[in-house]
Amino acid sequence: MTTLRPLVVLLGLLLAWQALVWLTEIPPYLLPGPVAVGRALTGSATLLLDHAGITLAEILLGLAGGVVVGSASALLMALLPPVQPWLLPILILGQTIPVFALAPLLVLWLGYGIASKVAMAVVIIYFPVTSALFDGLQRTEPGWLDLARTMGATRLRTLFRLRLPAALPAFGSGLRIATAVAPIGAVVGEWVGSSAGLGYLMLHANARLRIDLMFAALIVLMAMALALWVLVDRALNRLMPWVPRGPAQRPNPEE
Amino acid sequence: MTSPTRFDIEVTGASLRYGGALLFHDLDFVLSGGAWTCLLGPSGVGKSSLLRLIAGLAPIGGGTVACSDGRPLAGRLAWMSQQDSLLPWLPVQDNVTLGARLRGEPADREQARQLIARTGLTRQTSQLPATLSGGQRQRAALARTLMEDRPVVLMDEPFSALDAITRARLQTLAATLLAGRTVLLVTHDPLEALRLGHRIHVMAGQPVRIEPAIEPQGQPPRDLHDGALLALQGDLLARLADAQDAAG
Repeated sequence: MTTLRPLVVLLGLLLAWQALVWLTEIPPYLLPGPVAVGRALTGSATLLLDHAGITLAEILLGLAGGVVVGSASALLMALLPPVQPWLLPILILGQTIPVFALAPLLVLWLGYGIASKVAMAVVIIYFPVTSALFDGLQRTEPGWLDLARTMGATRLRTLFRLRLPAALPAFGSGLRIATAVAPIGAVVGEWVGSSAGLGYLMLHANARLRIDLMFAALIVLMAMALALWVLVDRALNRLMPWVPRGPAQRPNPEE
Repeated sequence: MTSPTRFDIEVTGASLRYGGALLFHDLDFVLSGGAWTCLLGPSGVGKSSLLRLIAGLAPIGGGTVACSDGRPLAGRLAWMSQQDSLLPWLPVQDNVTLGARLRGEPADREQARQLIARTGLTRQTSQLPATLSGGQRQRAALARTLMEDRPVVLMDEPFSALDAITRARLQTLAATLLAGRTVLLVTHDPLEALRLGHRIHVMAGQPVRIEPAIEPQGQPPRDLHDGALLALQGDLLARLADAQDAAG
């Protein structure tokens, strides 16, 4: 039943959508029905896949970059406490800059290609990754740290063999958030200036009143983001068998 | 087994503050080498704090902790707390060899295997701590403590979270496996102290003092059927109750 319920909801929404289009006879260049969108989805499959590939590459590279830079920052702050008061304000200040405002600048600096979109995704996930991991590193069980001290552990080994594994569940929550928001970064980057990717395709289709294609691109983007999130969630749960439960296994998952 | 520990540990004129409040001041205490010393007292009197101070986990506010052989205590003690402190991502065998992992030394796997066998955990060797019972977890913690092979062992109520039968079994096991080492056991259970301690001290009073040692007859782990032991338990309980009332 739990797997069936979202499907029933989805089907209901599609039916309501189609009914709305039929009843109001709204023109397809304003709101195409799900049947028309489905036709665009199959008709322009290669086009959609080409652009989806580029967006996916941007998301994955952005995720990888954000995780590396974010983890490095968190580890640096945990290892060198004097760095903390310097890096923390920068981190919070950086978080207050609206990503949308930054996008034109990044395109200006890094060009219309993939680099500016990857940078965009990195910027948007840097904060959740860094703060989640840093928070986890600060919350190591005091009893474990006492034990490590009486065992004569070095700072570095305590960090990597004790505090880091202990912080993995917190890091996992950060990574789940990052996975969910990384596509936003990539698409915003594409909207501001690009010649490829699903965001570009949507903007392009919109301008030519191909709303069916726009919706098709949106669905591909959603499916991609959802699949990526499920993949990351499963991988995290498998990597951390000692952590009781991941969000995907909770009784009432969203969507 | 290792030869008995020869040196005493002398705490002289120790002071400790905790969150602004003075826990104890100018406290003297001697841990005699190769024996089990048990420290009893009303809760909040500073037993655990004294233990942490000796372990070097709390900064000493004044006074000294010294060994009678003149060498430092650091690196010669093992620590066991009420929480088993097993790392949930490591199977039992890797938890047992944690000290070596944290020091970057190669772990003696054969030694670990033997200690796991002696604590009765052979079948659980590759299991994660979450799959173990409370007693098994504390056994794994005991194996980890033994793996460190230190002459001094400091224990902070290690058995208090266990049910009565598991506790009695673990007391016997610990007394056997830790024989010959200098052990300081903080406990709130007079019977546990009487089963395990060569010397039993009550920590109480205002200002806090450590009373002279009670030295029960016979070798630990002592038999609970011994009438003299149970009479002593009555005395100890009365003294602890007085101390608790005095502390308010």
